[in-house]
Amino acid sequence: MVAASSNSRRSFVQTFMFWTFRLATYFVLACATYIFLNIAIKGSRTVFTNHAPFINVKFLTEPPQTLYVFDYQGKKMELSDREFRKWQETHKEPVDATSIAYSAGGIWPCIVGTALLVFGSMIVALVIGISAAIYLSEYSRDTRFIRFIRIAILNLAGVPSIVFGLFGFGLFVIFFGWNVSLLAGWFTLGLMILPAIIIASEESLRAVPKGLREGSLALGATSWQTIRKNVLPYAMPGILTSSILGIARVAGETAPIMFTAAYAMRDEMPWQVTKWTDFFFQGVMALPYHIYVVSSKIPQNEYTERVQYGTALVFLIVVMLIALASIVLRERQRRRLSW
Amino acid sequence: MVSVMEPPQTVRPQTLPEPLGSAANQTEKLQVMIDVREVDFTYGDNKVLHSISLQMAARAVTAFIGPSGCGKTTLLRCINRMNDLVDGSRISRGAIHLDGIDINSPGLDVVDLRRRVGMVFQKSNPFPKSIYENIAYGLRVAGVKKRSLIDEAVEKSLRSAALWDEVKDRLETNAYGLSGGQQQRLCIARALAVEPEVVLMDEPCSALDPIATAKIEELIQALKTQYTIVIVTHNMQQAGRISDFTAFFYLGKLIEFGPTVKIFTNPGEKQTEDYITGRFG
Repeated sequence: MVAASSNSRRSFVQTFMFWTFRLATYFVLACATYIFLNIAIKGSRTVFTNHAPFINVKFLTEPPQTLYVFDYQGKKMELSDREFRKWQETHKEPVDATSIAYSAGGIWPCIVGTALLVFGSMIVALVIGISAAIYLSEYSRDTRFIRFIRIAILNLAGVPSIVFGLFGFGLFVIFFGWNVSLLAGWFTLGLMILPAIIIASEESLRAVPKGLREGSLALGATSWQTIRKNVLPYAMPGILTSSILGIARVAGETAPIMFTAAYAMRDEMPWQVTKWTDFFFQGVMALPYHIYVVSSKIPQNEYTERVQYGTALVFLIVVMLIALASIVLRERQRRRLSW
Repeated sequence: MVSVMEPPQTVRPQTLPEPLGSAANQTEKLQVMIDVREVDFTYGDNKVLHSISLQMAARAVTAFIGPSGCGKTTLLRCINRMNDLVDGSRISRGAIHLDGIDINSPGLDVVDLRRRVGMVFQKSNPFPKSIYENIAYGLRVAGVKKRSLIDEAVEKSLRSAALWDEVKDRLETNAYGLSGGQQQRLCIARALAVEPEVVLMDEPCSALDPIATAKIEELIQALKTQYTIVIVTHNMQQAGRISDFTAFFYLGKLIEFGPTVKIFTNPGEKQTEDYITGRFG
């Protein structure tokens, strides 16, 4: 009898725990699905159209403009800044128009800006990060100083992004005098994901079998030749995997760029510079910062909501595309160097 | 692939093979290639080699035998300074001379030393590249660029390692497609490609089946005419079959060193006899 009752109790606990774990998993899935679908459905009203070419080309290729909304002869007019001025030339009568910032036109400069920020900061982070990881895993000996550096790197990974933003503002923007610029943004974002890149790269380097290093050294290769030809190539897929996560973080962060690289509005595109050096010292618009500005800096209404969701959807797609590109790159490298 | 092959360790003196060449009995006449003089070796505070002295003859096979942890692999890895990679390890006393040169002298280029002293590891470690690139690696890192030179060296060393006929039609395929025994012979070929004077082998057959082992032993016999070979082995029959000289190590000390025939038929020390006859180890 005793055995039977404890048996049924045990099986109840077993079932209960199983369902707890299962529901927790489903809960996460449900949240993610809700967020994604919400953005996708509301955003596609802005990004896609119901007539050919089915994509809102204007939204993807124009800079943001102010939207003017007014009633004219009983009809509700929604005109962008440029259209409104043209309309005023032909219609002399004054109208009582409401202006809504950033709600007409598109987000093309933001897409370009985010792409530039991601590209540059990944280069900064990968060059410094891989170099540091090579030093830590291949050259350094296990001294107290090196252990201190490791702890510092781990701590750096936990620093909030706004702190990186202020640090970048203080060092790059003010002290180095780079002003609000791409360069300052690259270094701020690069430093932010540096710890993650170093830790992941070091792990990938350590995962390369010791036998490959010894085999190479025993053939009279120098340490550097061994690393370049026989360690780094096999660690690269792992390093790229970690950089995919880095890309998503870099693209999405607002706090580090709001003081260092992002403009709320800029008329020129990044390539419209007089000197090529100016390219690095210009601020850019960026998708996450645009979402932040549109949803917090101007009065909310149905028109701003369109831009917010449209931008969010485009942003998700851009991040996905960049991540996809690095996955393809990684798989190609894996195939070439499988062991 | 990783099935460790350990044949019975009892070897009776009467079953030993014939003496391998008359050279084995004439130590004095042979040129000394590697001269180990009173070497102590420590890992941190832990002394693992105690005053080892022995001389290894050129163009002969010297075998290191002894139970696990007796220091034979450590001594082998001292000869091409592979132990440099191990933090906190060093030769605390004594010196090793290669052809008259102190290999630990500060002015010596370790890269140059490793080019002269090749090594084959216990676990075959081909690079995850093509067979061709595996052999070419040592030449490429040495700065050889000329394709015809590399082609020639690849064929020559694959032939020396008795692998050419098996792989000549698939030089561009990945080395990981080879069998365990072929991979180990590829590693030997790779070591030979840089034309070393000495080849160190650290239990090269421990992960191979008897047929692959026989092939490698045959190969060692053939290579002896050109190279000085030092081999660590757990397999005493193997030491008896292929070596000219045998060194028996126990707990970090060199117990006995001499011509293989003598060690196996008439050992001077009780411990050697006990180990060879399988009473311990």
